[in-house]
Amino acid sequence: MTYLAKPKFHHPALETNDLGFTHRDYEGAISTLCAGCGHDSISSAIMRACFELSLPPHRIAKLSGIGCSSKTPTYFLGQSHGFNSVHGRMPSVLTGANLANRDLIYLGVSGDGDSASIGFGQFAHAIRRAVNMTYIVENNGVYGLTKGQFSATSDKGSKSKKGVANPDSPIDLATIALQLGATFVARSFSGDKDQLVPLIKAALEHQGSAFIDCISPCIAFNNHDGSTKSFDYVRAHNAALNALDFLAGRAPITADYAEGTAQPVTLHDGSTIRLRKLAGDYDIHDRVAAIGHIHRLAEAGEIATGLIYLDEDAADMHQRLGTVTTPLNALQGADLVPGAAALEKINAGLR
Amino acid sequence: MTPTDTSDPSYFHKVVDCQWACPAHTPVPEYIRRIAAGDYDGAYLINWKSNVFPGILGRTCDRPCEPACRRGRVEEEPVAICRLKRVAADYKNGVAALMPRAPDQRNGKRVACIGAGPASLTVARDLSPLGYEVVVFDGDARAGGMMRSQIPKFRLPDSVIDEEVGYVMQTGVDFRGGRRVDSMRALLAEGYDAVFVGAGAPRGRDLDLPGRKEAAANIHIGIDWLSSVSFGHTTSIGKRVLVLGGGNTAMDCCRSSRRLGGSDVTVVVRSGFEEMKASPWEKEDAMHEGIPILNFHVPKEFLHENGRLVGMVFEKVRADHDEKGRRTLVSTGEPDVTLDCDDVLIAVGQENAFPWIEPDAGIAFDRWGLPVLDKTSFQSTLPNVFFGGDAAFGPKNIIWAVAHGHEAAISIDSYCQGVDVTKRPPPMTSLISQKMGIHEWAYDNAIAPDLRFKVPTLANEIALKDIRTEVELGFDPKLAFAEAQRCLNCDAQTVFSTPLCIECDACVDICPTDCITFTANGEESDLRQRLTAPSIHPDQAIYVSDTLKTGRIMAKDEDVCLHCGMCAERCPTGAWDMQKFYLEMSHAGQACRSRA
Ligand SMILES: Cc1ncc(C[n+]2csc(CCOP(=O)(O)OP(=O)(O)O)c2C)c(N)n1
Ligand code: SF4
Ligand SMILES: [Mg+2]
Repeated sequence: MTYLAKPKFHHPALETNDLGFTHRDYEGAISTLCAGCGHDSISSAIMRACFELSLPPHRIAKLSGIGCSSKTPTYFLGQSHGFNSVHGRMPSVLTGANLANRDLIYLGVSGDGDSASIGFGQFAHAIRRAVNMTYIVENNGVYGLTKGQFSATSDKGSKSKKGVANPDSPIDLATIALQLGATFVARSFSGDKDQLVPLIKAALEHQGSAFIDCISPCIAFNNHDGSTKSFDYVRAHNAALNALDFLAGRAPITADYAEGTAQPVTLHDGSTIRLRKLAGDYDIHDRVAAIGHIHRLAEAGEIATGLIYLDEDAADMHQRLGTVTTPLNALQGADLVPGAAALEKINAGLR
Repeated sequence: MTPTDTSDPSYFHKVVDCQWACPAHTPVPEYIRRIAAGDYDGAYLINWKSNVFPGILGRTCDRPCEPACRRGRVEEEPVAICRLKRVAADYKNGVAALMPRAPDQRNGKRVACIGAGPASLTVARDLSPLGYEVVVFDGDARAGGMMRSQIPKFRLPDSVIDEEVGYVMQTGVDFRGGRRVDSMRALLAEGYDAVFVGAGAPRGRDLDLPGRKEAAANIHIGIDWLSSVSFGHTTSIGKRVLVLGGGNTAMDCCRSSRRLGGSDVTVVVRSGFEEMKASPWEKEDAMHEGIPILNFHVPKEFLHENGRLVGMVFEKVRADHDEKGRRTLVSTGEPDVTLDCDDVLIAVGQENAFPWIEPDAGIAFDRWGLPVLDKTSFQSTLPNVFFGGDAAFGPKNIIWAVAHGHEAAISIDSYCQGVDVTKRPPPMTSLISQKMGIHEWAYDNAIAPDLRFKVPTLANEIALKDIRTEVELGFDPKLAFAEAQRCLNCDAQTVFSTPLCIECDACVDICPTDCITFTANGEESDLRQRLTAPSIHPDQAIYVSDTLKTGRIMAKDEDVCLHCGMCAERCPTGAWDMQKFYLEMSHAGQACRSRA
């Protein structure tokens, strides 16, 4: 089986972003995932989001664990920094990297096995520490890379390819993230880029821990009848809370939606997301109500997608810890060795 | 939009831009693949079937296929389709034995072809193997028509013409060289079942300017001069030569002059350089041989002294466009330009002339002196007389003449067999999956990034010494392979099956040229606005699927599809497949009649 590299030729009239790049400049190596894998669509959405935000690829760091999902950072943003860590250990590597160099944009890519099984604890602590990052779980309900065992996010009763029902209760990572204090929580679907791309853009712009649980069908092991993570099932049970348009910069809000249905939200950097409400008066600022709402939908067999919760004024890990604003690798000798007088002062403070 | 009907042969045919643009609809990608595989015989025969003169056309064709080539829309230049045809002719070795011979039994029908140029020879090749007794008349002793008389030998050696004309003759054609037909009535009286007129556009236009008569000895009509050179009657020309006109004949005139003693040869054209009729590569070749092209110079007068041409006067003009966009040439007001010269070649166009067709022969002509013909059968107002090539619709080129010849042969066959000549047979097509494995196709789907390779040529010092030395050396097999690899295999069609699609977006994500969109259906103009990448060539089709499960449709802009098969490789369900579309035009014969 050969994987030809994607030809370099592109459409002659491709749009370019503020940096003069086309979306093709955000590509990585050719994907070796199974044909039709939802993860590839998420990679494509990430490239699209970074392109549309005109992010310089060399200012992004992609970190991942182990799994088909964790392999994907090789397949996008070929010019970015990357670290493929051990199984379930992406969150601590990312936290460390972020502490050392707070100036990069951190993108954690993980799977449901990587984050809800072996790395469950790591996931929890990175979220509760408010690490400034975009954390995407490419959730297919199985361990794809090891050939389709049920993962911890697999719904109770969901059937394996061989027809065996999963006996255990599922972990809903979005609910957990809400409980742990994530300041941006969303859920989406690899087959709906109209929803996914603006969510990734908003998450990348968010200052704090942004978590996206992205359902991503595993074509090889979990896309059959009886699975609750198949294309057909997710399309049939997708209950979108809202739709959002991401407006870069301080663009005027020219919503022409019926009153009360469009809600502008301004992010830290001044960009705006315009939420179009689809589910009554669902409030993205009410953490407790959000948990209840998605639980009630889950009870009814529906999957809540869209922007679930947002706290646009939260403090991130660096603010909480009061760390120096300069990245550690940029600190000069004088900053690091302040001299005897400074030491004297510190010692005096400890007496 | 309604779902695309891919069972209509013209849909996939149009996707193969080169084949669609070729008047004879030569299956270009197929012969290029054969060249890449080293099967030069196969490549030659595919060409020979379609266009009869691969070696000749591979050196001289006007190449309508190349501007159409998709490669030219994704990078700088199209595939060198024409010169690859020459490669097939140069390196083949076993085709002679495969060529059709005269049939053992004739069918009793007699067909006369007037003129032994590409149109007549095509009619002869198509009909003679079927049993027709085909008699070809020509004023020249050897067959070939303008291919032999007007195309300079440094572009097209006689040996190539001899070989390919030979294949036609070998089918049992009765060639009567040196017999110019000078009365249609007399010919008709000989009782032929059908007559084909393929006599070309034999009259070169003159320029009636002051001094034309006085300086006549050094003023020549381009095409007449070229044939005089071809047949060895003219072997020299003055040092300073002016060539008037901007077509391919002018380019042949100036390059021939350079080889016959013209050291200071200039082409002078009335309009702008860009508007010249000559193919861009012919202009390039002329300039490469040190021939300047002066544009916006309108000839006014021939200057002469003591009965000898000494120069020409030109008025300088510029192009003005009125509000309707019509162009007129207006004087710039600058003083006239005088160019000294020893000889002038006039190559400002050709006309049809049928002085040998009697007005009462029953063949009607229109007010431009062209025969009144049925547009598809080429039948004249005299039902057993058919026209083709330049004689039919005025000057075009060899490949059009060949295409006309095929159509006329079908008509003549139908006519002789009592079948309605307006009934035209459809082409033969096939569509076959190229899938061999998960990432394996029966064609080479990797896209070669190379830019167009140049055909090696002789250095000017050698090339300009002898008018019979071929200047182009042709691709060697290595270069030919590399150039062949540039072909995008546009006949490997992306075929979509709606019921198999699960709308996973994999094809949209992988397509290197953003051809594919899943969206709500709409009118074509609206849909074109909503594609993943902008639609920039509205003449390129949008392939539209049936309605999918989610209510959307798949819309694929065929325009810049690389036919790399990535969509099909990424498709988990086989909803996309790469299938080879092969289209062969119908030629005269029983099988063809039964399909009509
Ligand atoms: C420490 C360790 N334990 C177990 C494994 C085996 N292993 C590899 S991938 C994987 C599960 C990956 O599942 P998930 O994160 O959902 O990724 P997917 O392939 O489904 O995208 C496991 C258990 C491992 N590589 N390392
Ligand atoms: S096994 Fe599943 S998750 Fe892994 S690449 Fe294949 S389809 Fe994707
Ligand atoms: Mg998984």
